[in-house]
Amino acid sequence: MPAHHKLKPQVTGRRGRSFTEALMSSNAHLPALDRGFNPPLDAHTARPIGEGLFTWPADNPALLCSRCQRCGRAAFPARDSCPACCSGEVRVEELPRRGALWTYTIQRFMPKPPYNSGETRDTFQPYGVGYVELPGAVRVEGRLTENDPAKLEIGMPMEVVFYPYRRDADGAERVNFAFRPVSGRNSGGR
Amino acid sequence: MDVAIVGIGIHPFGRTPERSGMQQGAFAARAAMRDAGVDFKDMEFAYGGSHSAGSADSLVDELGLTGLPFTNVANGCATGGSALMSACYAIKSGEFAMGLVVGFDKHERGAFNADPQSLGIGAWYGESGLMLTTQFFAMKIAKYMHEYGISRRALARVAEKAFANGAKNPNAWRRTSLGEEEILGSTMVNDPLTKFMFCSPAEGGVALVVCRADRAPRYTAKPVLIRGAALRSRRYGSFEVFAPSQALEHTPGPTVDASRAVFEMAGVGPADIDVAQLQDTESGAELMHMAENGFCEDGEQEHMLRRGETRIDGRLPVNTDGGCLANGEPIGASGLRQIHENVVQLRGAGGARQVPGDPRLAYSHVYGAPGISAVTVLQR
Repeated sequence: MPAHHKLKPQVTGRRGRSFTEALMSSNAHLPALDRGFNPPLDAHTARPIGEGLFTWPADNPALLCSRCQRCGRAAFPARDSCPACCSGEVRVEELPRRGALWTYTIQRFMPKPPYNSGETRDTFQPYGVGYVELPGAVRVEGRLTENDPAKLEIGMPMEVVFYPYRRDADGAERVNFAFRPVSGRNSGGR
Repeated sequence: MDVAIVGIGIHPFGRTPERSGMQQGAFAARAAMRDAGVDFKDMEFAYGGSHSAGSADSLVDELGLTGLPFTNVANGCATGGSALMSACYAIKSGEFAMGLVVGFDKHERGAFNADPQSLGIGAWYGESGLMLTTQFFAMKIAKYMHEYGISRRALARVAEKAFANGAKNPNAWRRTSLGEEEILGSTMVNDPLTKFMFCSPAEGGVALVVCRADRAPRYTAKPVLIRGAALRSRRYGSFEVFAPSQALEHTPGPTVDASRAVFEMAGVGPADIDVAQLQDTESGAELMHMAENGFCEDGEQEHMLRRGETRIDGRLPVNTDGGCLANGEPIGASGLRQIHENVVQLRGAGGARQVPGDPRLAYSHVYGAPGISAVTVLQR
């Protein structure tokens, strides 16, 4: 059952664990992402790429949406009113972690700023971008862990993962979300 | 009170290092006034816009300090369409009889780097590499191809036509024809779209002189009437550029809404249109906009393109001046370029790219961030 919060998302979960623990407990098969994975990090210094996008730190992080209490529609990121019916009665709740790839592309060139991944022209890797339809909620746009179009297909099952995205000048790791194809091996569990 | 276009002017699109964006706007404005046989002091008002090349109202320094009310318009890709609509309202109100509409721009090379916060989106969106129009167009056409069985060959056909038309347009930026194989084989930018399927930001300027239709014959033997102009923003459920999420339900986009409104306003339908300029930020956009504006059913584009129906000598010529693909997209000028081209076609002045058969009704359509569309119907 999704947890309901007031609009300021309440951070749940045990504090003080290492970043790696937080990731590993929720995504046991995560380190498929091969860049910048530098454990161990403290969850207190690892910060989300944007406030209120997902629960953090958390045992099992989830993207957060606002759910309209009048018409029932969801929006990501969470906002103060409903974009469909304009009602101000919204609550923040967790989004499903799995869904289906609705459409996608591969970003082949390195974007200009404000793009900030910590990459340089020399280290830039093309990345997948797609919308994943999260059942009963909304289609969320995000980076994909896969950048080979031959391994992506509209309709395929996807799941959200949380991973170290870049390191800021002050040394803090920034955590981002992405969607990963659900492999047959892992498709049974959460 | 009907409104007529009696003067048109354009500064060639592309790259003009020796002229600022504003100078290109002034160049176009002088050309439009010369075309109508009027002076800047005859302009009772002006609406103008540019995205990246300064405040349009500063043009008075170039054109003359006459004291006219000059309103800046900033409405993204619909800047030109919005300026023209404002001018129509000004004349229809009876307050003014004649005025100037102008758009110009000068952009850096490479894809636009929009600031998410200026559009009410968190900084994370741009930092994560999601703030790119090219991704949106690629994802929209990828979904459309999947749904309606459109081939990559069809995308190449759109671009091939654009460059062939551009080669016949002395004001176009890219004036060299390209073959379908060359287009398909060029660098992949955002799958399934290659380099030659995308337009680039560029430079250029366009201006129009508009006046009360009953006075138009004083200025030109070939006035063109504005039969309708409509602007719409997105509704809940449409799939738009710069959207961190979209609804599960589907609602037609702003193009569909604006198109229906303008046809109702003009009292004509898509089948009556003789020539159309449709937003072709990339080849998939032109293809999808053919259906969104009511010119065909979803999926019909595949055989329409195979049969060349949108070529200059086809059933419905689309983007006869080469569109954004061959002209580039200086945001402030791009929508007015379409109007300029439609007036050229309705006057029968298209030269090598003239649509045969004395076209009478012309349609134009722009689409842009964050989900807006402006359309017009012009009549000879």
